[in-house]
Amino acid sequence: MAHVAVTHDVHEAIHHTEELSFWRKYVFSLDHKVIGLQYLITSLVFLFFGFTLMMLMRWQLAYPGQPIPIIGKWLGEMNAPGGIMLPEFYNQLGAMHGTIMVFLGVVPLAVGAFGNYIVPLQIGAPDMAFPKLNMASYWTYLVGGITMLSSFFMPGGAANSGWTSYAPLSVVATTGQTVWLIAMVFLITSSLLGSVNFIVTIVQLRTKGMTFMRMPFFVWAQLVTSFLLLLAFPPLEAAAVMQLMDRLAGTSFFMPSGLVVAGQILDVSGGGSPLLWQHLFWFLAHPEVYVLILPAMGIIAEILANNTRKPLWGYKSLVYAAVFLGFMSFIVWAHHMFLTGMGTVISAFFQTTTMIISIPSVIILTAFFISLWGASIRINTQMLFALSFLPMFGIGGLTGLPLGLAPTDIHLHDTYYVIGHFHYVVAPGTIFALFAGVYHWYPKVTGRKMSETLGKIHFWGSLVCMNGIFMPMFIQGLAGVSRRLYDGGQQYAHAQGVLQWNEFMSIAAWLLALFQLPFIINFFLSLKTGKKVESDNPWEATTLEWATPTPPPHGNFARPVEVYRGPYEYSVPNHPTDFTPQHVPDPVKA
Amino acid sequence: MHIPYTIHARPDTGLFNAKLGVWLFLASEVMLFGALFSSYVLLRIGAPSWPHGFEILNIPLATLNTVVLITSSITMVMAWASLKIHDFARYKRYIGATVGLGFVFLIIKAFEYGAKFSAGIYPSESTFLAIYFTLTGLHGLHVVGGMIVNGYFWGPGSRMWHTEPERFTNRIEVAGLYWHFVDLVWIFLFPVLYLL
Amino acid sequence: MSRSPEEIKKHVRVYVNVFVALMGLTVITVAISYLHLSVVPAVILALIVATIKGSLVASYFMHLINEKKMIFATLILTGIFFAALMSLPLIFHIDKFY
Ligand code: HEM
Ligand SMILES: [Cu+2]
Repeated sequence: MAHVAVTHDVHEAIHHTEELSFWRKYVFSLDHKVIGLQYLITSLVFLFFGFTLMMLMRWQLAYPGQPIPIIGKWLGEMNAPGGIMLPEFYNQLGAMHGTIMVFLGVVPLAVGAFGNYIVPLQIGAPDMAFPKLNMASYWTYLVGGITMLSSFFMPGGAANSGWTSYAPLSVVATTGQTVWLIAMVFLITSSLLGSVNFIVTIVQLRTKGMTFMRMPFFVWAQLVTSFLLLLAFPPLEAAAVMQLMDRLAGTSFFMPSGLVVAGQILDVSGGGSPLLWQHLFWFLAHPEVYVLILPAMGIIAEILANNTRKPLWGYKSLVYAAVFLGFMSFIVWAHHMFLTGMGTVISAFFQTTTMIISIPSVIILTAFFISLWGASIRINTQMLFALSFLPMFGIGGLTGLPLGLAPTDIHLHDTYYVIGHFHYVVAPGTIFALFAGVYHWYPKVTGRKMSETLGKIHFWGSLVCMNGIFMPMFIQGLAGVSRRLYDGGQQYAHAQGVLQWNEFMSIAAWLLALFQLPFIINFFLSLKTGKKVESDNPWEATTLEWATPTPPPHGNFARPVEVYRGPYEYSVPNHPTDFTPQHVPDPVKA
Repeated sequence: MHIPYTIHARPDTGLFNAKLGVWLFLASEVMLFGALFSSYVLLRIGAPSWPHGFEILNIPLATLNTVVLITSSITMVMAWASLKIHDFARYKRYIGATVGLGFVFLIIKAFEYGAKFSAGIYPSESTFLAIYFTLTGLHGLHVVGGMIVNGYFWGPGSRMWHTEPERFTNRIEVAGLYWHFVDLVWIFLFPVLYLL
Repeated sequence: MSRSPEEIKKHVRVYVNVFVALMGLTVITVAISYLHLSVVPAVILALIVATIKGSLVASYFMHLINEKKMIFATLILTGIFFAALMSLPLIFHIDKFY
């Protein structure tokens, strides 16, 4: 019965789209695809902004104490007198870079943009389950993001206690930290609204025949991600509220007794626990790293299957691995805290869970590698990004293992090695996957393909530069260089042998920025000049998003779709084409 | 455009969308209050001394508030039951009572807070008071949120009954789930903060 | 959930009973607190009473008693992570015993 209603309403919706005003159609839209694009643009802007902050820091690290050319003058006398960056400003940049990249850049891009646009299409739904909630989620995110950036204009500047905001430092920090906390409450609320919406959509709005085990891996990844966001973020919200109370109402949740700041014993009631903050923070932030990686893996799965022209190897194991990964990610958080005076029992527990959680990651990566075996691979830009994701994520994951074992982590903790580790997973890992996703789904959204030439320049440049930035970090980290040094380690004897890498890494970072230009140009230019697609399914893919008109109208499908098979039926023997879309009935049975 | 299963349950899950949505939301709320409860236990165990709630706080008022909130829970469920037997007038009375009882709760709470502040007792005084004000304050915000929702369904939102009665009944059920949860949190807050 | 009016009337009777039970338990828990027991028994008793009250609200007012599988699965998952969260104080202290 519901399906009849859908047909009727879809037609109606198609006729109605033209009548919506500009504001309702593009600004306060309820259409998941428009909201997805809003997320896309906003988070890309934040991503580039966060990257800019890092490029400034890299100047200070490469040439400590030298004035920053040109830009230095614009930073203001408070931050960089004479163009020379002050340590306080360096700290602000560091804290804001991490915060922006994780909470305003990658997660909204992976979940808000890709999830929003693709998930309803891939399960054959007309929209998200709660369109108004979806819109509210975007606007809450935007407000949170703008609030976060506004903290630069507070007295004392932006938050400067790291993206982890460890207490008690963050409690006694300047006003920027209060703004950080308020912004976080907005961002958490936004992701909460989003995650409820995603789960309900995936559970309730799957079209006829779309059983759970026929869902594309991308949808599974988003489902697990949503559960992580739903259940891991609230403890951070609670912690943020407590830190706000500490800062504004003078409470001592995270303030120990007898704390001395600037030679004075602080006048607080005391009795709080700084470690409590760390626990609550990492209770979110470890699951959060899987929020960063799972959607990326989902995108990679789609692109690999599509361009190897064969079924994804071990679909079921992939699904189980992703679910198990999500589950385990809740009980490994204290591996970020081996150096906090943790006893052997708890340390042993968290080392064990950390080793266990690497198993599903390895399963996923292995399944991806085996999928390549014997394939006649179609090389295009998105496939290049997807292929390079595999070794890059591999390096990131493998370097995580020594961090997960206390004996080695005691040496490596808080060095550049950690920075190298997580950037390999997030930058040439997740961000490459997101780029791949842009190239892959661009034709569905715009009806045109992006330029392959510019895409390849973008890819090769980025690949080389990424490794140029992050590989030397392992070298520096192994030498013991701390990750929080304003001068890049100049004053330390143990850093002298590896200091020369600083300039190298910085130049690689600036070159990386240069190699994003082809992407930006490609992104906008292809709207006009890109090669027009001849069909709704230019990559000859099997999943449902390609069964919609191009671009999909409000309401998505022109006809109700029904699903007859699993998501990756490529090169089925005796089939006329090398791909069998999910929604095409079996000729034999029909 | 038409989103399926906003009114009737999807056959294989047995749920309509909003019901699943609100339960998921409540799951996240469990984690929110859970983190605060956990912090409470942690700080209390670690503290060299900890006051008994009953030495500082007003138990009779809090007991009264417990009664008020539990009563509002039954009026809420009665409001939903009234819609189920198509008695709209009765629904209006019950949902109105629910909102009213929410008000009573807040007023009593305000008296409690006021008495503390005028006695110079602030959150910064001790970790116990810090957690007391944070937990009850956050709970109070949840009460306010619930009252706004219920107030809307008592007033302008109730017009939907005349056009889409089933959908409206669903909405009240969902709003009720949230309201009962707020009650449930208080059922734990009350002994933990006041009685121990 | 389409229930007939007769069924609803039966439900209403249950709601009233639950309400009476909740009131009774409130009186009991306050009464216990006036005994000023030492911390451990006081905590155990208070939590037992609160848990009974909480499950009454969840089971009857929130209809959890005949809810769907999906909801249970979500709540069980939440319960597990809630337990992890509540283990925080334990993490701080367990090593003292070894
Ligand atoms: C696959 C197995 C992985 C293991 C065993 C692992 C282990 C670890 C450990 C033990 C640390 C703490 C190091 C320290 O501070 O001393 C760490 C840090 C980190 N990891 Fe991983 N990790 C893995 C994968 C990932 C993934 C997939 C991501 C993200 C997509 C990620 C992101 C991070 C981040 C952001 C930090 C640093 C947080 C900070 O201190 O600022 N890790 N990892
Ligand atoms: Cu971790």
